[in-house]
Amino acid sequence: MINYIWAFMILFSVVVGALNGRLEDVVQAAFDGANNSIQTVLGFIGVTALWSGLMKIAEQSGLVRVFTRLIRPINRIIFSDLKKERKAMEAVSANMVANILGLANAATPLGIKAMQELDRINGNSKTASNAMCMFAVINSASIQLIPSTMIGIRASMGSAAPSEIILPVWIVSICAALCGVILTKFSGSAYYIRRAK
Amino acid sequence: MDIINTISVYAVPVSIAGILIFGLLKNINVYSVFLDGAKEGLKIGVGIIPPILGLLAALGMFRASGALELIINSIRPLTDFFKIPPEIVPFALMRPVSGGASLAMATDIFQNYGVDSFAGRAAAVMMGSTETTFYTLAVYFGATKASNTRHTLRCALTADVVGIILSVWVCRCFFA
Repeated sequence: MINYIWAFMILFSVVVGALNGRLEDVVQAAFDGANNSIQTVLGFIGVTALWSGLMKIAEQSGLVRVFTRLIRPINRIIFSDLKKERKAMEAVSANMVANILGLANAATPLGIKAMQELDRINGNSKTASNAMCMFAVINSASIQLIPSTMIGIRASMGSAAPSEIILPVWIVSICAALCGVILTKFSGSAYYIRRAK
Repeated sequence: MDIINTISVYAVPVSIAGILIFGLLKNINVYSVFLDGAKEGLKIGVGIIPPILGLLAALGMFRASGALELIINSIRPLTDFFKIPPEIVPFALMRPVSGGASLAMATDIFQNYGVDSFAGRAAAVMMGSTETTFYTLAVYFGATKASNTRHTLRCALTADVVGIILSVWVCRCFFA
């Protein structure tokens, strides 16, 4: 998808630029954009590395495991189908904690492992189970304790208070995720009721 | 408003101190473990340079040619209705599709309208509180045998729309 969007952006710019007589600006903007990208990434790469280092400590010290235990009661409600599936519940919780703590490197492999475990419980069926839908929806929402990339970029671009977005991010992400969870839960039950009839 | 600022200001230092204290209590070599993690972080950072470069170049062309203006103006009636700043709409549309592209568009907004402008803050909150939905679903379901994902996409995208509209609304409450 991004293939086409990217190509469209460039080709459309050339056409519109030609019509507006701004082709020289368009070329200059392409070069400026390319150079800016390096400065932009260099501006926040330090914060990313700092955070990644701290999270490594959290991982090795067992702090991540403590968090995993903390969210288990919530997961018993969200994934009510998995009450008897200890291994799956463990994998799902580990992925969610990795996401919350912003462990980008760990979250995806853990999530794929959890998804495959859910797939096994579902008998490798062609139709996704309720738990699989729920797990995918939760992963496509974002609940993050510290939105470190955004804070890093804001700091590098001279924001007066780079971390002031934290509380708004918490509120919005929790509300959006809750919406997704409730809607998924509802759609899942509706499906079983329809099938029973 | 003071409480809100306090929470935001304390979240980072408290997290850092908490992680360090917990690590020391568990007898971890905090510094050497930190260096390992930081190395991984640098690798991630370098890895995102190519996509950001390609997209910032394309975005610069898109803006300079007048194409961005064209799109912003054509959707203005809709954005006015939801009271969303029109300059963040292209970014909001890109958010569920591509992480690299939306990150590039967010920095583009910071540069052109100011990082502490309303559009800048709203974009930052949106970026921090939503995910690359299409990519995530593709990766996760790609690892399974299930091809019928039922209500997943519908629910995930609804959550994204809620996140986008709420970002603007919460920013208005906090920063306006």
